[in-house]
Amino acid sequence: MTLTTAPSTASRPGGGARPSSRRRRRRYPRALLATSTLVTLIALIPLIFVAVYTVGVGWDEALRLLVRPRIGELLWNTTRLALACMALSAVIGTGAAWLVERSDLPGRRIWNVLLVVPLAIPAFVNSFGWVSVTAAVEGYGGALLIVTMSYFPLVYLPVSAALRGLDPALEETANALGNGRWRTFTRVVLPQLRPAMLGGALLVGLHLLAEFGALQMLRFPTFTTAIYDQYRSTFNGPAANMLAGVLVLCCLLLLLGELRLRGQARYARLGAGSPRPAARARLGIVTVPVLLALAALITLALGVPLGSLAHWLITGSSTAFPVDTLLTTTATSVGLAAAAALVTSLLALPVAWLCVRHPGRASTLLERGTYFGNALPGIVVALALVTISIRYTETLYQTVPLLVIGYAILFLPRAMVSLRAAIAQVPPVLDDVAHALGATRTGTLWRVTLPLIARGLGAGAALVFLAAVTELTATLLLSPTGTETLATEFWANSSNIEYGAAAPYAALMVLISAPATYLLTREARNSR
Amino acid sequence: MTALTVRGVTKSFGSVPVLEGIDLDVPAESFTAVLGPSGCGKTTLLRLIAGFDDPDGGTISFGGETVYGDGRAVPAQRRRVGYVPQEGALFPHLDVAANITFGLPRRARASRDRVAELLELVGLDAAVAGRHPHQLSGGQQQRVALARALAPRPSIVLLDEPFSSLDAGLREGTRRAVAQALRAARATAVLVTHDQGEALSLADQVAVMRAGRLVQLDAPATLYRSPRDAAVARFVGEAVLLPATISGGVASCALGDVAAREPAPDGPAEILVRPEQILLGATGVRARVTDVSYFGHDAAVRLDLLPGGPAVTARVHGHDLPAPGTEVRLTVTGDAPSFPVTTGAVPVTTSAEVPAAR
Repeated sequence: MTLTTAPSTASRPGGGARPSSRRRRRRYPRALLATSTLVTLIALIPLIFVAVYTVGVGWDEALRLLVRPRIGELLWNTTRLALACMALSAVIGTGAAWLVERSDLPGRRIWNVLLVVPLAIPAFVNSFGWVSVTAAVEGYGGALLIVTMSYFPLVYLPVSAALRGLDPALEETANALGNGRWRTFTRVVLPQLRPAMLGGALLVGLHLLAEFGALQMLRFPTFTTAIYDQYRSTFNGPAANMLAGVLVLCCLLLLLGELRLRGQARYARLGAGSPRPAARARLGIVTVPVLLALAALITLALGVPLGSLAHWLITGSSTAFPVDTLLTTTATSVGLAAAAALVTSLLALPVAWLCVRHPGRASTLLERGTYFGNALPGIVVALALVTISIRYTETLYQTVPLLVIGYAILFLPRAMVSLRAAIAQVPPVLDDVAHALGATRTGTLWRVTLPLIARGLGAGAALVFLAAVTELTATLLLSPTGTETLATEFWANSSNIEYGAAAPYAALMVLISAPATYLLTREARNSR
Repeated sequence: MTALTVRGVTKSFGSVPVLEGIDLDVPAESFTAVLGPSGCGKTTLLRLIAGFDDPDGGTISFGGETVYGDGRAVPAQRRRVGYVPQEGALFPHLDVAANITFGLPRRARASRDRVAELLELVGLDAAVAGRHPHQLSGGQQQRVALARALAPRPSIVLLDEPFSSLDAGLREGTRRAVAQALRAARATAVLVTHDQGEALSLADQVAVMRAGRLVQLDAPATLYRSPRDAAVARFVGEAVLLPATISGGVASCALGDVAAREPAPDGPAEILVRPEQILLGATGVRARVTDVSYFGHDAAVRLDLLPGGPAVTARVHGHDLPAPGTEVRLTVTGDAPSFPVTTGAVPVTTSAEVPAAR
């Protein structure tokens, strides 16, 4: 699951419409088309698996597996958690964004950073921070609190970007037409923020449907945790796959909604930036209560998990601080993540190149195919890969290559978004100019294309790397026996209620995630 | 000496023919403009000459060297053409100096002398050498793009609508600077444009293209005064085309008797009068002023010939203009080319829009 933007049909390569329309008439280069098709097929493995499996099971069997009280309970749990968390995140994210962007709140710069930092703490680490302090957070209320604290920045980021891009002239016009500040906000500002707000909330929903670690730790069963339990107890039972089918269906619904909103969001953003900053609302006597509320929010979202992590680090290190194991798991995690980053970037390259340089129906279709990773929970990807590898290629089962493929399917959208944008910065006319100046194909690649896409390629790879380092669910199911990563070591220790032993792994993951948050924040800033 | 020879070049995209047998000769150190409406194939022709695409048939030679013929093509990187695309297309990751020296051999790239020399040639201050493309104005970018194209001393420079993305204020100055630089570098240049004013004012010869064919290749004045047919006449400038009967070198038409330029065989014809040839005065055919467009330096006066004749446009000086509704008399000065008509009546045509300035 990722915080990445879906494909936009609007951006096309620059360099004038003429050459590109001329290019479009050419056929797709065959090798490129074949490679891209292969990549998209890999990305679609889990989806195809779930679909084929569901059809193969048959109607009667599917009904028998699905119409059970247990499924009803899971559906109810998942739905009420997702909806409540989406609503709460929308309110908190939008409110905080308005305070930072449009009010005279003291310390806005610091708040802006603090409100994004929760993204750097994996939800299961957040969950660990709470549950290791008090068992009271187990169950619905606690689960809602913790996932909301983990995911509200997903609304905060796009809404604050949208607020910044909003033309203050619109608000001034509303004021001039006799609307007060509150009426202006509800009648003018809020409708324009709607796409950003809903888009963020849907992203929260997608993350939530995929969330496994945090909820498992809180003993709050949802589809994802149930699939895991089914898989662990009955090992690849049909029930697990059936549950995965329902989960994928929910995810696809959200993804569809998200994609549709993206289309509308473009119309809502007028102009790249506002010519002058909007006048800020005076908070006046509510300044202190507002500051206290934000402080409370940050305490819940950051203070508790980080404080508890620090506590366990200190008390844990007094007993044992296994430097050797820490080093080897860090090395394993970093190595796996680096391999994932490399493989994912390499896979994304042909598809991104095809869709930017050879726009057309086939290339758009192929590109869209790679975006399903956005909606596929790690558990579904892992389940599909495990089942397929056991059935067809047993030599791949529980090997590093299979794990890396799993990461690639999950994080391909991250690499795609960065690469697409980067390749679009290199209009084909630059190739022509370089050729006319005597540069060969290889020379053009080295002297023009690579220097221009290097940053995007690097940013995409970094995002994949950092996502893979903290990935838990797919890693638990796919990693070879004996291969321990930071996430699996953390999971093993915290499952055994050895909080002190788990803490160093969590701390390392948070440390490594911090740069990812920075990159994501910057990207979200620039892209809207 | 001929720097570029194009013979019978054809090209189609899928089943759509784009070029249907183009012949073109470009003398060395001359400036040739390829003029045509959008979609006529002029950019395709330029890309074939540059070597970015291959023709379906025909030959292309630079001087004595065949760069395309019999299906064998010299790749673009070995043709030594300078290419200036629309909007310059400077390499965004390189500064001005590195852009200019991009096409030079590795050792020569460090030389600041050549950079300074080329910047001076295109009329830019040496201080811009360290800037990046995004720090330059549109006109400056185009000049750097030209300097980059000229740096390896190409045998021929190809310019693909290089001024169309500039706003009007910058366009004229950039055009002049580019034309001067090309002449100073003694370069052979081919410019593709859809702007007839640009083609007529810059080029030594203008090649008019229409629907994949080259219709006329002439010096600007010849092209304007003696277009091959009515369509070319309308394309290269404002035109009043009237049905006429020619007899003994005199064309009788709604504007009276007009001297017909040779060749003018007797018989029915269509005659071309340019609006600046129509004079308002005390004698001549009667006409009523319907509309006046005032541009300052001159004005376009639209008139209905009386009684009930066709509408014509006259271009007159900006002072002493007639008011709409008044009756005036018209005479035609100078001779006018004619296009013989074989059958049927000739429709009266006046180009609809009057350009503000030429």
